[in-house]
Amino acid sequence: MLYREAGQFKSTYAQDLQILPIAQDRVAMAVLLVVAFVVVPAVGDQYWLSALITPFLIFSLAALGLNILTGYAGQLSLGTAAFMGVGAFMAYNAMLRIPHMPIVGAFIVGGLCAAAVGVVFGLPSLRIKGLYLAVATLACQFFVLWAINRIGWLSNYSSSGVITAQRIEILGYAFDHSRDKYLLTLAVVSVMALAAKNLMRSETGRAFMAVRDMDVAASVIGIPMMKTKLLAFAISSFYCGVAGALYAYCYLGTVEPEAFTLDLSFRVLFMIIIGGVGSILGSFLGAAFITLFPIFLNLASKWLEHMLGIEMSHAVVSNSEAIIFGSLIIFFLIVEPNGLARLWQITKEKLRLWPFPH
Amino acid sequence: MTFFIEVLAGGLLAGVMYALVALGFVLIYKASGVFNFAQGSMVFFAALTFVSLTERGWNFWLALAVTFVAMVAVGVATERIVLRPLVNQPQITLLMATIGLTFVLEGFSQLLWGSQPHGLELGIPDVPMEWLSEKWNINISQFDLFAAFVAGVLVAVLAVLFQKTRIGRALRAVADDHQAALAVGIPLQHIWAIVWAVAGFVALVAGLMWGVRNGVQYALTFTALKALPVLILGGFESILGAIIGGLIIGASEKVAEVYLGPYVGGGIESWFGYIVALLFLLVRPEGLFGEKHIDRV
Repeated sequence: MLYREAGQFKSTYAQDLQILPIAQDRVAMAVLLVVAFVVVPAVGDQYWLSALITPFLIFSLAALGLNILTGYAGQLSLGTAAFMGVGAFMAYNAMLRIPHMPIVGAFIVGGLCAAAVGVVFGLPSLRIKGLYLAVATLACQFFVLWAINRIGWLSNYSSSGVITAQRIEILGYAFDHSRDKYLLTLAVVSVMALAAKNLMRSETGRAFMAVRDMDVAASVIGIPMMKTKLLAFAISSFYCGVAGALYAYCYLGTVEPEAFTLDLSFRVLFMIIIGGVGSILGSFLGAAFITLFPIFLNLASKWLEHMLGIEMSHAVVSNSEAIIFGSLIIFFLIVEPNGLARLWQITKEKLRLWPFPH
Repeated sequence: MTFFIEVLAGGLLAGVMYALVALGFVLIYKASGVFNFAQGSMVFFAALTFVSLTERGWNFWLALAVTFVAMVAVGVATERIVLRPLVNQPQITLLMATIGLTFVLEGFSQLLWGSQPHGLELGIPDVPMEWLSEKWNINISQFDLFAAFVAGVLVAVLAVLFQKTRIGRALRAVADDHQAALAVGIPLQHIWAIVWAVAGFVALVAGLMWGVRNGVQYALTFTALKALPVLILGGFESILGAIIGGLIIGASEKVAEVYLGPYVGGGIESWFGYIVALLFLLVRPEGLFGEKHIDRV
């Protein structure tokens, strides 16, 4: 009833090209942004902001990065955590070694370094495809982790490779409170998500999709393979690198190289699979699901213990959680292989007709 | 020189161990086009089940048989519950499903048997061969040779199974073309169940070998990561490729660790195999023995 586009006419090309062509969508987006920027920091307490929402946003950004590479450009990558690691450690070094480095500049440096690493490890994609490439990107994962562990310069020669993120300060204002960090993360993520959305509607984005759908056909119609694939790797790694820097500065604070293991890569991959491959919205939905679900499971198991009046050992709980998590992923893949974003799309289509059946 | 030979032989034999795990991947990929990431956790599950049964005083062969039955059950269940509903999905979806399966299997085996590490003895001591070390001063573990022998037998059995039996012909037909195989009346589901069962058996053998070497513990699941460079080097579809790839990766890894490692700070085993595999892939993008892919627009 409410969600109708009837009566909304487009009279200019600009209107036709809007990201959100329906007025209701624009209102919803505006409300969402107001809630995210004003209401959430006002009502959210320390725990919610620092342990749930901030990591959710950071993972959304990482998932967005991977989605650009895997979902849009079709290059399967298992090296996301490595790119995030490069971003985190290079942002740290930028802050450490360059005097008067602004924090946003450090994030960008981290992202650019990750992009450079991404291009290097993206080179095999010109020759190798599909699963072979996925395994090849593991080389990046292991190599980068090894390098972070071994090259003392990267962690400023700290004995265990652990770095402590410097204080965030912008224009003399110190971002100490979890609310400030949340707002900084939110701002970065919003800007980059908008950029990604627009990029995917541009010539570059369409070239990515052509390569994904069939790279031979794409090269036949004149899309430069090398430029497109490497650009996809660069942009994707840039996003992951910035996400890694945010992960270090706004969430973890103290970072060890082991924060960026293959497990993290898999988690980000799960996010885009569950959220929706090749969808900006899907990156957010998937990240929300994967970050919040373990917490929900944990609460549920506590509640279950309470209800049944039994004490479950830690091992039993964590193993059952693994089983449930794994089964749920399989379940999702079977029920909706196109992810939560597709469910959202179906809902919207149903909503347009509601309450009429046709 | 003797030292070099010793390192090389050690590497080759370590490569055999990698190949054992890689074989399981190849079998499933060949027959169903699924890149089964859960192979590592299948290895873990098999080894843990076996060792837990023997520790409860079961006879060796009985424990082996029961573990084999358990692996078949896992294989058949995977086919029914996970793969059958996912037929015709893109490869990445299937890959993700097997990663989900990894979580389930790891959680399940630790829930069932507990997560403490176990030692495993098969009666073959992991000590250097005496006559070799006396005569040429080369230390090669007896157990490594045994593992190589087992791998050889396994490959021979698989080769016979694939080339000479009715099931093998059906397997190859399915591997070539699902739809054509269906059209001539090969029951696809049965074939997949069989392949998963065979892969379960290979996982059991690999689990036993790795279990003796490193103990039966959670780290066994990482054997899959060791097998991946072997796989891409040899090609996903080739059993021979898995063996040759294993030998190349194992040898180059050990030689590099010994001769190159000290200059760059050591620990390069974690990624060196991947780099070697990448270099090979640059020349042959589908691995040494993988099927050539022809793209048509």
